[in-house]
Amino acid sequence: MENNMNDAVNITINNLSLAFGKTEVLKGVNLEIEPGELFSFLGPSGSGKSTLLRAIAGFGPRPQGSIFIGKEEVSQKPPWKRNVGMVFQSYALWPHMTVRKNVAFGLEEHHVSAGKIHERVDEVLEMVDLLSLADRRPSQLSGGQQQRVALARTIVVKPRVLLLDEPLSNLDANLRVQMRRDILELQRKLQITTIFVTHDQEEANTISDRIAVLNHGIIQQVGSPLKLYDEPSNRFVANFLGSVNLIDGTVQHENNGYLFKVPDGTSFPLGNNEIKQGDCTAMFRPQNLQIIRGKDESTGANIQLSGRVEHREFLGSRIRYSVIVGEQILLVDDTHEANCTTIEVGETVSLQLESDLVRILHN
Amino acid sequence: MRSLSRHQIGPASVALLLGAFLFVFLIIPVAKVIFVAFQDPNTGALTLINFSDFFLTSLFQESFVNSLYVAVMSVVFASVIALPLAYFTTRFNFSGTLLIQTLGVIPLIMPPFVGAVAMLLLFGENGSINLLFDEWFGFTIPFMEGLNGVIMVESIHYFPFILINLSAALNNIDRSMEESAQNLGANGIRLFRRIVFPLAMPGYVAGASLVFLKVFDDLGTPLLLNVNKMLAPQAYLRITSIGISDPMGYVISVILVVFSLLSLWTSFLALRGKDYSTVQKGGGGLMKRDLNPLEKAGCYAVVILILLMVLSPHFGLAILSFGTVWSYSVLPDAYTFQHYLQMFSSSTQLISNTLLYAGLAATIDVVLGTVIAYLVWRTNLFGRKWLDFVAMGAVAIPGVVLGIGYLRTFHEFNVPIIDKPLASWWVIIVVALAIRRLPYALRACVAAMQQISIALEEAAENLGANKRRTVFRIVVPLMSGGIVAGFITSFATASVELSATLMLVSTESDAPLAYGIYEFMQSASGRGPGAALGIVAVVIVGAATYASHRFIKSKNVEFTTEVTVATGE
Repeated sequence: MENNMNDAVNITINNLSLAFGKTEVLKGVNLEIEPGELFSFLGPSGSGKSTLLRAIAGFGPRPQGSIFIGKEEVSQKPPWKRNVGMVFQSYALWPHMTVRKNVAFGLEEHHVSAGKIHERVDEVLEMVDLLSLADRRPSQLSGGQQQRVALARTIVVKPRVLLLDEPLSNLDANLRVQMRRDILELQRKLQITTIFVTHDQEEANTISDRIAVLNHGIIQQVGSPLKLYDEPSNRFVANFLGSVNLIDGTVQHENNGYLFKVPDGTSFPLGNNEIKQGDCTAMFRPQNLQIIRGKDESTGANIQLSGRVEHREFLGSRIRYSVIVGEQILLVDDTHEANCTTIEVGETVSLQLESDLVRILHN
Repeated sequence: MRSLSRHQIGPASVALLLGAFLFVFLIIPVAKVIFVAFQDPNTGALTLINFSDFFLTSLFQESFVNSLYVAVMSVVFASVIALPLAYFTTRFNFSGTLLIQTLGVIPLIMPPFVGAVAMLLLFGENGSINLLFDEWFGFTIPFMEGLNGVIMVESIHYFPFILINLSAALNNIDRSMEESAQNLGANGIRLFRRIVFPLAMPGYVAGASLVFLKVFDDLGTPLLLNVNKMLAPQAYLRITSIGISDPMGYVISVILVVFSLLSLWTSFLALRGKDYSTVQKGGGGLMKRDLNPLEKAGCYAVVILILLMVLSPHFGLAILSFGTVWSYSVLPDAYTFQHYLQMFSSSTQLISNTLLYAGLAATIDVVLGTVIAYLVWRTNLFGRKWLDFVAMGAVAIPGVVLGIGYLRTFHEFNVPIIDKPLASWWVIIVVALAIRRLPYALRACVAAMQQISIALEEAAENLGANKRRTVFRIVVPLMSGGIVAGFITSFATASVELSATLMLVSTESDAPLAYGIYEFMQSASGRGPGAALGIVAVVIVGAATYASHRFIKSKNVEFTTEVTVATGE
């Protein structure tokens, strides 16, 4: 049962569907998770991400399709025969047992000898820095400590894979940042294939090797955090991973180049690379735009737009302007430094954008 | 001395009045009973001689052992009935869940002593069931013989206490508790033994100790079944046959109180620090699974068997009330309305007395309950917790003990104008009922009060209403759901209370319904009208319980189970 690099297993999910009664929650999910990877399921509530995780652990209605852990197909096996470790969102620590008893439970169920159990429990409690609290009851621990007990209880049995169901959602903001680092460190140390479920894109971005974005029971896109942010494959992914400007329009070929036209009359060039023509959505991030006071000012970027500041929000490191351009409202982020002058609501401004930062999404 | 600020004078004087009431009608009588138990009957000196007399008398030894035995066995049988029902409803997607929930209420709308005689006719040595057994199989089962009868009647009546508490405990176990155990390799019996059972234990113990307390204190059931060698009947018989100066009644009272306190303490210990309610958002309740047809049939068989048993006192009582002669036969010889006619012509006084007493007692209870709830939760008056504590303390005082205490304390106190001892004035019955039912009404009022956000009151004060106006315009209207539910519960249970009433009724014309049923059931010829009167009691309690449930539902009042299941004995 020892874990090392060679033991890390892959998880393969083929055409997995699952329904609660008549409500389809997962619709033909296909996924390949690499050995030793920290993989996140990201999506809004009701997207099916927790259901997918629970299906891997063997909970919930029986799914159709197959789930391979390593070479073993587990979808028809009961939860207690899968040896996949799961940390529950509520931690699910048993209130009638001490920390030590909670952690020892899985080893007892696996018929490990008493002496060995004591040794292993000490070892893992040491690892999560809770050895001194071993004889407390869960109700006597803080949220962060409970979280670490839940982790310890799961990894002590050396499961083949580790499943974390929104493990940080019950912690306060500072602790959350600390815990996600700890989890990442622990995962690297154990080199165990891990799936992390979250609805928080920042959490997913900071911790994951790769992310699957889910919505309505369908995987929207799989990729590294950077790839999902820079190259989203659809509006949903673009929107879910941060603030974005999305403009519906059409691409037309004119004068050796491509032009993006918005129904309100605004248009801008997209460069000369081959683009499929027709209805589509132009996407760019608020920080891709540069804002300059005054009309028709230019920094030499190849897209020039002008508009009027409608709204302004101070966000600390940056200022976010909402600028009306034609009939669109565009979000523009400007880096904030002390002493720099800010643009007032109502002022006319020029917006600058490099065309290679614009991504065209065909829906 | 703590000085009272000006706006505390009002609440403080109300609290003093309340405290005086509880002092005179709860603390003094109980203290008197305890004091007399330790007093030499001849010299008046403090002594333990009464207790050594008690334990050296074989009759009392036997009564003590019998009471313990009956209480323990009733807990055992009540558990045997409640465990499968609780398990079915919480564990399976079982279509009979509604049936089971109904099962949990039916016994409570009939005080056990009312059904006792009917049970004798159904399950007794020459009762219907045993006549059939003898005819078909050639043997009989002594269901109702001696202590067995008490155990059978009590466990059928009180199992809902275990059912309700245990079901609540099981429903409070979040499914992730089980799932995490499965995830770590546990299933089946091991999972149940290591996770589900220990988590449900506090709820079970709380229910079981309540059953123990109720059975140990019960007077009516053993008396009606003519089982006199138990503690409560002995106390009653000593006081009524030998007189209020006989110390044995007081010794027994002290023992009853001690055991009541012990069982409440057990329940407290079981629940203390064990807030095992682990339900998370979106979760809730044990994992349920579907039943296959065979299992379903099995579950229904068990539920229907229990249903028949639980309904047997009701059926028996109904048959008895309509039957002519029912003796040494499976069913009565013929049926008639005669008993009802006889009952209505002779017993209207009983019914009107009952409505008067129970109505007054319930009114006193909700007024006291509301005031105490307000004082405890909304003022910082010195000693307010004690008011709550003393009022709740009435739970631990058996009706017999309160009755003896009142007789002893108030028999020499003449009420002016009517020139009669307070102990034999009908008002004392009302006071006894009010004190007995106060804890339940108080919990209902507290529950209702805790639901009112303080901000609602602050908003009224912010707009210029003073404390008094805020109470009357904001607090009381918002509490009305809980207050009405508390009233109905108190009313329903007070109207069938027997143990304290039995001791305090001094003339027939003052007697309420429960007393009348008891009197009728003493003679074979009175059984028919007695049963008819019992049916009236069931109808009153049933209608009130139904009204209270409907009201709670419509007002969406959160309610503690102890309130909805507090029923007479």
